[in-house]
Amino acid sequence: MGIIIDKNTHAIVQGITGTQGRFHTKLMLEYGTKIVAGVTPGKGGMQIHGVPVYDTVEAALEKHPANASIIFVPAIFAAEAALEALENGIKTIIIITEHIPIKDAVNVMTYAEQVNAVIIGPNTPGIITSEESKLGIMPAHIFMPGSIGMVSRSGTLTYEIAAGLTRKQLGQSTCLGLGGDPITGLNFIDVLKMFRKDPQTKAVVLIGEIGGNLEELTAEYIIKEKYPKPVVAFIAGRSAPPGKRMGHAGAIIMGKAGTAESKIKALRSAGVNVAEKPSDVAKSLARIIDI
Amino acid sequence: MKIFEYEAKTILAKYGIQTPKGGLATDVNQVREIASTLKPPLAIKAQVLVAGRGRSGGILFADSVSEAEKSAEKLLNMQIKGIPVRSIWIEEKIQVKNELYLGITIDRANRSYVAIASTVGGMEIEEVAAEAPEKVIKSLIKPQHGFRSFHARQMARKIGYSGSQLTTLGKIFEALYRVSMDYDTELVEINPLAETFDGKFVAADARIIIDDNALFRHREYKKRLLEGESELTPQELEAIRNNLAYVKLNGNIGVIGNGAGLVMATLDTIQFYGGKPSNFLDVGGGATSEKIAAALNIVLSDPNVKALFINILGGITRCDEVATGILKAKERVGVTKPIVIRLVGTNEEEGKRILTEVGIHVLESMEEAAQKVVKISKQEEER
Repeated sequence: MGIIIDKNTHAIVQGITGTQGRFHTKLMLEYGTKIVAGVTPGKGGMQIHGVPVYDTVEAALEKHPANASIIFVPAIFAAEAALEALENGIKTIIIITEHIPIKDAVNVMTYAEQVNAVIIGPNTPGIITSEESKLGIMPAHIFMPGSIGMVSRSGTLTYEIAAGLTRKQLGQSTCLGLGGDPITGLNFIDVLKMFRKDPQTKAVVLIGEIGGNLEELTAEYIIKEKYPKPVVAFIAGRSAPPGKRMGHAGAIIMGKAGTAESKIKALRSAGVNVAEKPSDVAKSLARIIDI
Repeated sequence: MKIFEYEAKTILAKYGIQTPKGGLATDVNQVREIASTLKPPLAIKAQVLVAGRGRSGGILFADSVSEAEKSAEKLLNMQIKGIPVRSIWIEEKIQVKNELYLGITIDRANRSYVAIASTVGGMEIEEVAAEAPEKVIKSLIKPQHGFRSFHARQMARKIGYSGSQLTTLGKIFEALYRVSMDYDTELVEINPLAETFDGKFVAADARIIIDDNALFRHREYKKRLLEGESELTPQELEAIRNNLAYVKLNGNIGVIGNGAGLVMATLDTIQFYGGKPSNFLDVGGGATSEKIAAALNIVLSDPNVKALFINILGGITRCDEVATGILKAKERVGVTKPIVIRLVGTNEEEGKRILTEVGIHVLESMEEAAQKVVKISKQEEER
């Protein structure tokens, strides 16, 4: 169970011959993820950790049917890689690559919307459905199977909070990063909708940060839909000054929009439990789950 | 990356948008030469990239060449929000009947570009949107069709124009969209777009922000960023060269961590316990010891820093690399300030061993470490 990926997910790795692609293909295989092929233009015929490499997505899919792709291709070519996967019918695409130009990302998202594909990222740690499949770069040992769904705009902060949950024996169904860029595929609302339908998920952890208004829109959604599962949130960037990009391209307060204060207020008014510190997330959940 | 007003105006002019006649000067002699070719009254505008330039006294007006010289001299000796004024733009002052706003930016929630127009020009558009949302007209741009002339005309009509003025506004808007695509802008705005008494439209001020991630397609700006011509501090430049995400803040606790969200949460936690962070610094994923050493150098070069907090949660980043980097930095720059380290994750044991051997204590809890560093910073401050 869980959302988006599970044990039936068969994935290709685009950019499999690069340092990151190679390294994480090994870790994903070790986790049990079904990686059926890799793609790097000009490197067709190679093998990486036993995974056959092809020059094009089309060629890979002729031999190895797949329903997902994870992209490690450098920023300059990453949008092209995503379009190639989309055009060849892949409906779940995880873009790990950071620093993709906004214009390119907008093109990818528009196309994905037209063909009803799910894009996670760019600039995401990926997605993990505990003990079923991992398409991402997160350290697997901090996760354990359970009933908490996690969705986040950050990488290491998610690990911090997930490790805290695991320490308290609060296992996770699926955990995914939306990506730290201004333009991403999935957003919080999309993922909340999926968690709502997933019988394994009993509660949701939402990790937001400054920039944009997705957390505020999510709060509106929770109110409007009377969201049936408890949501606990943490918002990073309370101490961030306006106008400065805090590491993520998307983490910037513009004028009066995008402050942590506004997000926390909106979420609290929607009945979401917003934690003061990362470790409080697990504490809050423990209380809720006990009830 | 923000570019200067005069550069933005030069780009707009290239795309057929009318801008005031003017020129760029870096000293008073140039001001005299330029001013004598223009028709007064004149606007003398400091070229700095900080917001709120007008309110900070960075724009002056002059009715003669000699007045222009005096204003220019004043501006050239001025700092705006700590940034020295290095150049000024002198232009003919527009006689304004109405001030409009036109802009194209990113709509994150809709994963798209959006065109924005308003009859309230000269103010920050977010402020207008907050106070009088009915005066802000938006149109989502779908990349497969782009922003067409009819979209532009629809918007011109909605802000109350008709006839030849409607078609002119339409052309200006279309040109803005082309600038946006050609220059990979996050924001291109004309604010205000001045409507003159004879019914023309002139871009009185303009702002362009280029997407940093697209600078590889705009090498002239990329080059300038690396050469430090855009008001970066030495620390900021050093950070760019080492691929580190760095933001200077005003406190006294230096912070280094891996991952933007984790570092932001670290700053928040320090603040929660009553401390003041001096910076944001994200070494990113998989940082080498060299990168860690560079990060320490940057943070410790701030004389206000009383104590340092290193918060690493190793995923791709290896704790032993981090530990080695800290030792390297200590050797090179002789770190004398107290360091609090929280180190967990990949190769944690090895990292701890390296640091414990030289007497550096390593903590496992981020919150415990934050409390400790806040306490130390206060003790150091009292010394």
